[in-house]
Amino acid sequence: MRGYMRFFSAVYALAIYGFIFLPVVVLVVFSLQSTAFPIPPFTGPSSRWYEAVLNDPRLTSALFNSLAVAIISSVVAVALGFASAWSFARFTLPGSGIMRGLITLPLTVSYLIIGMGLLVIFNMIGLPKNLLAAGIGHVVINLPLCFAIIYSQMGDHQINIERAARDLGATEWNVLWLVTLPIIWPAIFASLFLSMTFSWDEFVISFLLTRFDTTLPVEIWNLLRSGLNPKTNAVGSLVFAVSVVAAIILELILVRRRPA
Amino acid sequence: MTEALVEMKNISHSFGRVSVLHDVSLTINPGSYTVLLGPSGSGKTTLLSILGGFIIPRKGSVLIRGVNCTMMAPAKRPTTTVFQDYALFPHMSVGNNVGFGLRMKGVIKSERDRLAHEALVIVGLPEAFRKKPHQLSGGQRQRVALARALVVKPDVLLLDEPLGALDLKLRRQMQDELKAIQKQVGTAFVHVTHDQEEAMALADHCVVMNQGRIEDEGTPERVYAKPATRFSATFMGESTLIPGEVASVMNNAISVNTVFGTLPIIATAEEGAKVTLAIRPEHMRLIRDSRSLTFGSAEVTAVIFQGSFKRVVATSTTLWGPTFIAKIPATHDVAVGDTVTPCCHIEDLIMLTK
Amino acid sequence: MNELSKIDRALPWMLVTPALLWTLLFFVVPFVAMALLSLNFQGEGGMTVSNYSQFFTNPSYYRAMINSLEVTGLVTVISVLLAYPFAWILAEQIPQRLQRLALLLAILPFWTSYVVRSYSWLLVLAQNGVVNDALLRARLVTEPLQLANTRTATVIGFVHFFVMLLTLTIFASLKQLNPSYRKAAADLGAGPIRTFIYIILPLTLPGVVVGAFLTFVLAIGDYITPQILGGNNELLMPQLIMMQIGRRGDFASASALALILMAVVTIAYIACARWLKIERT
Repeated sequence: MRGYMRFFSAVYALAIYGFIFLPVVVLVVFSLQSTAFPIPPFTGPSSRWYEAVLNDPRLTSALFNSLAVAIISSVVAVALGFASAWSFARFTLPGSGIMRGLITLPLTVSYLIIGMGLLVIFNMIGLPKNLLAAGIGHVVINLPLCFAIIYSQMGDHQINIERAARDLGATEWNVLWLVTLPIIWPAIFASLFLSMTFSWDEFVISFLLTRFDTTLPVEIWNLLRSGLNPKTNAVGSLVFAVSVVAAIILELILVRRRPA
Repeated sequence: MTEALVEMKNISHSFGRVSVLHDVSLTINPGSYTVLLGPSGSGKTTLLSILGGFIIPRKGSVLIRGVNCTMMAPAKRPTTTVFQDYALFPHMSVGNNVGFGLRMKGVIKSERDRLAHEALVIVGLPEAFRKKPHQLSGGQRQRVALARALVVKPDVLLLDEPLGALDLKLRRQMQDELKAIQKQVGTAFVHVTHDQEEAMALADHCVVMNQGRIEDEGTPERVYAKPATRFSATFMGESTLIPGEVASVMNNAISVNTVFGTLPIIATAEEGAKVTLAIRPEHMRLIRDSRSLTFGSAEVTAVIFQGSFKRVVATSTTLWGPTFIAKIPATHDVAVGDTVTPCCHIEDLIMLTK
Repeated sequence: MNELSKIDRALPWMLVTPALLWTLLFFVVPFVAMALLSLNFQGEGGMTVSNYSQFFTNPSYYRAMINSLEVTGLVTVISVLLAYPFAWILAEQIPQRLQRLALLLAILPFWTSYVVRSYSWLLVLAQNGVVNDALLRARLVTEPLQLANTRTATVIGFVHFFVMLLTLTIFASLKQLNPSYRKAAADLGAGPIRTFIYIILPLTLPGVVVGAFLTFVLAIGDYITPQILGGNNELLMPQLIMMQIGRRGDFASASALALILMAVVTIAYIACARWLKIERT
């Protein structure tokens, strides 16, 4: 009986893995296509489409835009999230529950609706569609996440450690820099990383709020207008490769730091 | 002669390279309350797990009612276990928790509920049937775990440090109840603990374990009064220990050379053997009287008030003398720094050869 | 400790205000603006619910909601049914030291951009794509099948994403289970099948429900997958909303539709929260 279980489990698991990896494999394989259509038969390998990507000014500038928006909006989101999380956890403010609920509310709303709302008011006040608008939208979606993650780490034992520091004569500033931040940095790091990931890959808000200078996902979407094109495969594979490498580096950093 | 209920023969086991049990053999009789007593790392929990079927020993065999159960899964063995964290299924009511084992046996619902009710009455929680585990206190959950294990009428009930999570008063109360329930139900209990008071209160068969071996075994009274080894003498209660060497043997009358001179004792030993003489604190006196053996004088280093008695620690003024531990009535006046004359009656000397 | 300086008293508010202000300005206000727009608020008190009633009367409008509910429901059910056994195998059958790696591999495609991922499925399902190519070569069909630009393609695209997500959440749920429960069940006579049915499944169900809810919410609000894979033959709500914005610049209508979608999500949330609360008691 055990043997049957093992066999069927293996078959099922492999089937699911196959399903999961199918589109990725097709993407990467046909990015090396030497002819113009990313469909069978495979006429490769050729690096022409990767060259095309790296030589395409729109794609490369979109890449930089994405990076810039991701970094800046994430830093803002983490800063706002940390400041408020620390405050709520350390001080008793009236209506704290309601305010905290308000800050985490955007988590429950679809990005499409958030983007729409911003489009409406930006139209009203005459703010043009650009990367700044998209960046503002990204802060809106990432702030609740940063807040929630950091707030959840401000537990009771944290309070006692800070009390001990104050008891020994530290000012609020000292407590923040020398005690709180060093202990809480994994949460800060995690929320920064998650925010950057969400912002980097975010489509709808960027789509609605940018026009000429745009982010990478939107530029890829534009590429799709021209039908199936190995160039899209190439840029997709590049993004995938970079993300995986970044994730691996992250794993190594975190594994090194923490005494396992 | 009643047939043994459980026979564990030459059990050895190790985790990786670390050996945790060395050739341990144990017999459990029907209707007995066996306590496995020992410090952490003594192997007592491993032995219980082997009996319950959660671990298959590297060497040795387990026979229950004459049937070799060594390789049998827990589900098939006539044993049930009360776990340290109770492991009550949080999504089921108390009644369904207790009836779970019966359900696995195919008992129909009405019968299951009736038996579950009975079991809950035995443990004193008849009104908890419909409640969920998270609505109960620690002590109540412990009783439900007991009911769940008892209702399937196992041959042996295994308890893994069941009272560890309870405060002192509740623990004492539960000890009384456990003893009473065991007597009422008649099932053999095997109970693991590191608390020697608990062992003495509950067991009729006490097994003292240390570093994977059984050091001593017997009724609590005997194990306490005549411990077999130094470990047993100091783990089960406290002792004052005086090392010595056997000077002469005349039948069972032995003379032992110690720093306090030659002390007589009735025991069995060989001439020249290195032994230890042990004296229990309640037999240790601090004021000389004519009948006693004397042990020089000592200076009191600590007096600890314990309510009904005082625990006195005194260092011997004789070179190479031991540390004396004595229990004296609370009304006696002793202070740190006093000089006392430790002594005891001859019959209170215990000889330890190991 | 008694006399707090002005700075000390103002500090907490100084730290909290930026986040609050941002949320108010860039989340609450847009929301209110959308709500007012949807009611055709003209400033002199002229409000109509025409945008909402239009939803109920115009078939192509409520058709989109029905499509969305059908597709999302289907995706949620299929994804849960596929993901649970997979998560179970990862948590139980794979040796401990390999589990983290196996899980990481299972969610690796998360790292492709969402747009690119949907595009990849288009490649796979296209008339001259990989699947059709294989089918033709194996002579299982004589003509290429129309797989892309169908509801099936949308469902496949969604299921691909959510199987990964649900595997992650269900795996975590299984791992968190107290091992004592399994021991106790085994001790009382339950074999592996019955331990699963009576103990493991019920105790992991809340985690599954939360994952399913997440799936529902994310899928029903997604524009990318249906647009790339479903084409314009059958519209789902997000596509309809985008159409109002893009083609017709009709923000009033779009706002109304967006709020209706939000209402559906809120109902699902309340139902889910209720069910989870009942589970507790």
